Amino acid sequence: MDKTILFKLNGKDVSVESPPERMLLWALRTDLGHTGTKYGCGEGFCGACTVLVDGKAVFSCQYPLSKVEGKSVLTIEGLAGGGGLHPLQQAFVDHGALQCGYCTPGMILRAYGLLLEKPNPTEAEIADALEGNICRCGSYNRVIAAVQTAAKAMKGAIHEAR
Amino acid sequence: MKPAKNKDDEYTMFGTDGPGAGFHLGRREFLKLAGGGLIVFFAVGDGLTLQEGARGVDYPDDPNAYLKVGPDGRVTCFTGKIEMGQGIITSLAMMLAEELDVPLEVVDMVMGDTALCPYDSGTFGSRSTKYFGPPMRQAAAEARGVLVRLAAARLGAAEEALATKDGAVFIAKTPSKKVSYTELIGGKKIEVRLEQKPPIKPYAKHAVSGRPTPRIDGRAKVTGQAKFAGDIRLPGLLYASVLRPPAHGAKLKSADTSAAEKVPGARVVRDGDLVAVLHERPDVAAEALTLVVAEFEPSDSNLDNTTIFAHLKKAAPRAEVVVEAGNLDEGAKLAVKTVERSYFAHYVAHAPSEPHTAVVRIEGDRATVWASTQSPFRAQGEVAKTLGIPTANVRVIAPFVGCGFGGKNQGGQIVEAARLAKLTGKPVQVAWKRKEEFFNDTFRPAAVYDVRSGLNADNRIVFWDYKNYHAGSRSSQPVYDIPHKRVLSFGGGGTGAVPVHPFGTGAWRGPGSNTNIFASESHIDILAETAGMDPLEFRIKNLADARMKKVVGSAADKFGRTFAKAPSGRGYGIAITDYLGTYVAMMAEVEVDKDKGTVRVLRVVCAQDTGEVINPEGVRMQIEGCITMGLGYCLTEEIRFKDGRVLDENFDTYEIPRFSWRPKIEVVLVDNPGMAPQGCGEPAITVMGAVVANGIYDAIGVRMHTLPMTAARILEALAGKR
Repeated sequence: MDKTILFKLNGKDVSVESPPERMLLWALRTDLGHTGTKYGCGEGFCGACTVLVDGKAVFSCQYPLSKVEGKSVLTIEGLAGGGGLHPLQQAFVDHGALQCGYCTPGMILRAYGLLLEKPNPTEAEIADALEGNICRCGSYNRVIAAVQTAAKAMKGAIHEAR
Repeated sequence: MKPAKNKDDEYTMFGTDGPGAGFHLGRREFLKLAGGGLIVFFAVGDGLTLQEGARGVDYPDDPNAYLKVGPDGRVTCFTGKIEMGQGIITSLAMMLAEELDVPLEVVDMVMGDTALCPYDSGTFGSRSTKYFGPPMRQAAAEARGVLVRLAAARLGAAEEALATKDGAVFIAKTPSKKVSYTELIGGKKIEVRLEQKPPIKPYAKHAVSGRPTPRIDGRAKVTGQAKFAGDIRLPGLLYASVLRPPAHGAKLKSADTSAAEKVPGARVVRDGDLVAVLHERPDVAAEALTLVVAEFEPSDSNLDNTTIFAHLKKAAPRAEVVVEAGNLDEGAKLAVKTVERSYFAHYVAHAPSEPHTAVVRIEGDRATVWASTQSPFRAQGEVAKTLGIPTANVRVIAPFVGCGFGGKNQGGQIVEAARLAKLTGKPVQVAWKRKEEFFNDTFRPAAVYDVRSGLNADNRIVFWDYKNYHAGSRSSQPVYDIPHKRVLSFGGGGTGAVPVHPFGTGAWRGPGSNTNIFASESHIDILAETAGMDPLEFRIKNLADARMKKVVGSAADKFGRTFAKAPSGRGYGIAITDYLGTYVAMMAEVEVDKDKGTVRVLRVVCAQDTGEVINPEGVRMQIEGCITMGLGYCLTEEIRFKDGRVLDENFDTYEIPRFSWRPKIEVVLVDNPGMAPQGCGEPAITVMGAVVANGIYDAIGVRMHTLPMTAARILEALAGKR
């Protein structure tokens, strides 16, 4: 049964007419046309679909629309705002922390979720936080360097960026 | 840099909003579409392209590549190559900017679009920079020559007195007297066919090449704007979920689709063995497919991981003689010590980040295809055949591709989408789910290796008798100086090989080489120990190739020349190769938990001589990626199967490297600018199996003969040793 589900997507109010048990990933990609969020495995093993819900990183392929009602969703399209790059995005470019780029949106949002909680994470904390996100191209060392650079660039200004 | 985007493109790599109507073009049509400007046609002689181009393409005698200097001063490279992460979108643009003397920012890359790009056999084998780069440089030199001739007339100066820089021609002695490329081209349309080979800039004058340059697609990829095939949205698009058999070789007996048909908005299509549910929401289509009740005949395959190797040897076809020199019997007589071993490698999945995806739209007798493919022109032919329309009526666009590794040379999803688009009359997307990706993949073939070799009293390798079964011949030739040798390859690993495998197999990043080098370089380590020498010293002693010695020395300088006769307890491994002209020496430090059998690779040093390095940043990224990805086939990656079923269906059981696996990686780019650029996408991954196996042996004195070297196999080997 369709239900009207209202939530904020990248700061804007959106509504989706949909059975509420559908997963957020598909509503984002299909109903709302936000294709930056990727399908990778469909079971929460790879992290390509990672988005933020109320500031917490989640696997959108495992996150039903019913839980999104009234909440705030952030996808890669909404991270920067104003046409520029967010410090994390800039750091990923500068460090070459990507190759094919398919896992990159999920990787950046998982890192952003970490920085919201821990603005100055250690290398081990970054690696732990990102363990659920797979990069088949093998950019792990560069991703860690990028997150460290971004953390420095943001210097605790994380809440402002949000 | 602004990515390629013009009115003739339609949803290309960076996406556009407007529909277009481009199709496969002959040269004349291309010229019409290309608008004004200076266009240079040239030939790319990578062997494959010329040979294959002679079939299938409507202007076989013509040059098969082109570049354009537009009236706006932008320079466009049209190439049928695709970008899947390997970084040629940057390195090819750099080569073009260098030779034409324009800023990198004005270069646009139009890639993998059969309507706009010349025929190309596919993107594989680390061939793009090596084979496409040099002729493109010549074409750019020709374009620069034309511009200089135009400028000579305009500036009233002799051509010899002119120089070029930043998109302009100027009088070398009075640089203020200059004219830009834009002004020179004006409203003209100039067509040049490259027939002579104009001189290109010598290495010493290279200012762009050799400079670490960030990926030019970085921005699009960190913002989510980069389009992959699955991101294409068209009015009326239907998403298909296709019914799969439970096992390879299992034929469909019956399918009751009545429950699926009752799902609101669902369309069920049945065409022979193809049963699919389509819906305007992909997840609803997938859900509805679960309502289909289907019966299949059992598979006639009774193989599994434990029986495969005996089967492979039994099913071996006649051998290809890869190399034969001297006489094995003579060699054996010279040997005072002989080592004979067998090695084994299991099936491995490509597991690309982006599963195989395609969107097909049919309009009248024309079709447009967006596909994650390494071979857009092959896909073009397949779609034309499927739809019964001329090849020229099919346009295939490969937007950004999310990993390939050889797995996207083949793509059944494209034909499926074409069939379904025809049957429904709607544009259709087929995007494999992860489980389908594991089922339909063309795996790296399982293979067996028998190696026998011997040392003389001076610890030189005097004979090498090498046989592989189903691995393929690449990198099976020894790099060492061995007087008596024979390498036999019983069956290649590619698709279309003798159907001995229970499912599809094909090229997997560094095809053949990964496992050939695992076998040969493991064997070399055993010989070193037999000789009572450390593995570095033994290798250097048995090498004659000065270039290889230099690469090995470079790696050792970085790693530390601290090798000792194995097992030293320290976990140091070494392996080297010549991969199609790129030389690699890798050294690693590994740690083994003897209670759990688990291996952790702590540090990897890779020295690589790849000829002239165009983008050092790009080459480093490829090497780091090879090392990281390679850990998977070393330690965990193995497709489990039984009776035609593929038992691994997702990343829970099929473990691929994650953050916690990452070693410290140090890359040494060995300076060799005098040599033309060689390939970089694959070489470094091919030594990973051996370097880790040799490290494990050095750590715990246990020789692993089978890939992957799982914890269970290491524990078993340890138990066997006690």
